[in-house]
Amino acid sequence: MSSEYDATETLDVKGQSCPMPIVKTKQAIDDLESGDLLEVVATDSGSMSDIQGWAAGTSGVELLDQVEDDDLYTHYVKKTE
Amino acid sequence: MSTDNPTPSADDADPASDAAELQALRERVDELEASLSELDDGNEQQKLTIVATQGSFDMAYPPLILGSTAAAFGWDVVVFHTFWGLDILHEKKSKNLKLSAVGNPNMPMPNALAAIPGMDRMATRMMEKKIDENGTATIEELIDLSLETGVDLQACQMTVELMDYDEDDFYDGVTTGVGAATALQHMAESDIQLLV
Repeated sequence: MSSEYDATETLDVKGQSCPMPIVKTKQAIDDLESGDLLEVVATDSGSMSDIQGWAAGTSGVELLDQVEDDDLYTHYVKKTE
Repeated sequence: MSTDNPTPSADDADPASDAAELQALRERVDELEASLSELDDGNEQQKLTIVATQGSFDMAYPPLILGSTAAAFGWDVVVFHTFWGLDILHEKKSKNLKLSAVGNPNMPMPNALAAIPGMDRMATRMMEKKIDENGTATIEELIDLSLETGVDLQACQMTVELMDYDEDDFYDGVTTGVGAATALQHMAESDIQLLV
């Protein structure tokens, strides 16, 4: 797992599939402050494309990075507003 | 911009009526600008309307998954439930939705076998097991999630009465007392409309 990012909060959605990773990410972002960084750890391979699409279509969030490591997909989402 | 305003000729130039006309034009421009800015505001939030007409186990998933995901995008979402789609919102029935084994080309059995009593229940159990193994949310979880994220789950009043259901049969937070006109109004304003 990458230690390059200093995440404010980590959301564990391992074992959950669509739409849970997206919906839970949205809820976790809502609870954070502007400038905070959310780390989302998922096992759903669809989350790679879904988090990208969600971040692109949602204002106030920025997808900084996505890391694929074995069967673990980690996403770094920054709250910008 | 419109170019068909008549140009007053030098003969009928009347300073008083010119001033009044100019004032009227200014007011009209202000009005148009105001309505334009209202339109811009309205475009910021996307809208989705789904009409859910089916109450089988498999058909309950698409509206709930798309609705809750759209809410995660910050969209304004209405799911209008009518006919068998009402069963998804029915607190008791939603826990007992069935997958049909008959006429289902994905079932690994001929229709004659699928029609045997108990086959629907068996098919549903198999699907429930797969859903659990895959980490897919249950219908109940998705309903809770949808309500929690602000999806407006509506129960069509006409079919509520047709099916002899009561408002109290539905999950807390379900909108009742709405009809086709309410659904159409949201559809007309929506960017996406789906019939499931």
